[in-house]
Amino acid sequence: MARDPKKKKLTVDQKRYTELVRDTVPRPRYGKNALLAFFFGGLIALIGQGFIDFYRFTLDMDVKEAASPAVATMIFIAALLTGLGLFDKIARVAGAGVSVPVTGFANSLASAALEFKREGLVFGVGSKMFILAGSVITFGVVTAFVIGLIYAIFIF
Amino acid sequence: MEWQIYIWAFLVGGALAMLGQLILDFTNYSPGHVLSGFVVGGGILGGLGIYPRLIEFAGGGASMPISSFGNALVQGAISEAERNGVIGVMTGMFELTSTGITAAIVFAFFVALIFNPKG
Repeated sequence: MARDPKKKKLTVDQKRYTELVRDTVPRPRYGKNALLAFFFGGLIALIGQGFIDFYRFTLDMDVKEAASPAVATMIFIAALLTGLGLFDKIARVAGAGVSVPVTGFANSLASAALEFKREGLVFGVGSKMFILAGSVITFGVVTAFVIGLIYAIFIF
Repeated sequence: MEWQIYIWAFLVGGALAMLGQLILDFTNYSPGHVLSGFVVGGGILGGLGIYPRLIEFAGGGASMPISSFGNALVQGAISEAERNGVIGVMTGMFELTSTGITAAIVFAFFVALIFNPKG
């Protein structure tokens, strides 16, 4: 779905059709999209850094410890904005600027939970919550397991 | 030194997001592919010891993007592996990321309870 199907020999009509589609489908505005993503990604990092310093001083934590509550706060804000229907509006402008930070992870969980609410609390919200975010956790854990194993066997 | 971290946070956080946007626009990969790639990339950079330095240097710029999730998984796994070997890889896996995962599950659940899908 995400990638081109395997190249097959196309008939003349199909070829003409693909060319027509290629020429009429609006191309993404690369420069504008990239700049907006940069701005929003940077802005979220700034807000996150603000929360890190906030928890550093109020909870008397060091920088490493303070990252956890800061991330949790960003997740809370993103989940709330998703519920209010505002996250999608921001994401339409910001693109990867809000989906690459943890806000995107929170949004994928919250929006899936909302979307599948109609299928019930257990099979809908409970099970389908991870339909988008699951791959991030799976690949993260598998990567970390392999790297941890390498450390455990060869380095320590 | 205190305030400069905000500049680096903005630049690094922005650069990572822009990288994601460029991959989305120039390739046919879906957001799911790109985010999974970021986590794997963050994990590998974490294993090489590069990502922790990036966090020291850019603060939220490196710890807010999803790549830090991969790094945090790896750091948890490695630090426990140092003490308990292979079992430590499993016990330490979620040591640092449990806050984020718990927060995401709990908040997403309550958002789904309270709100209804729009549109």
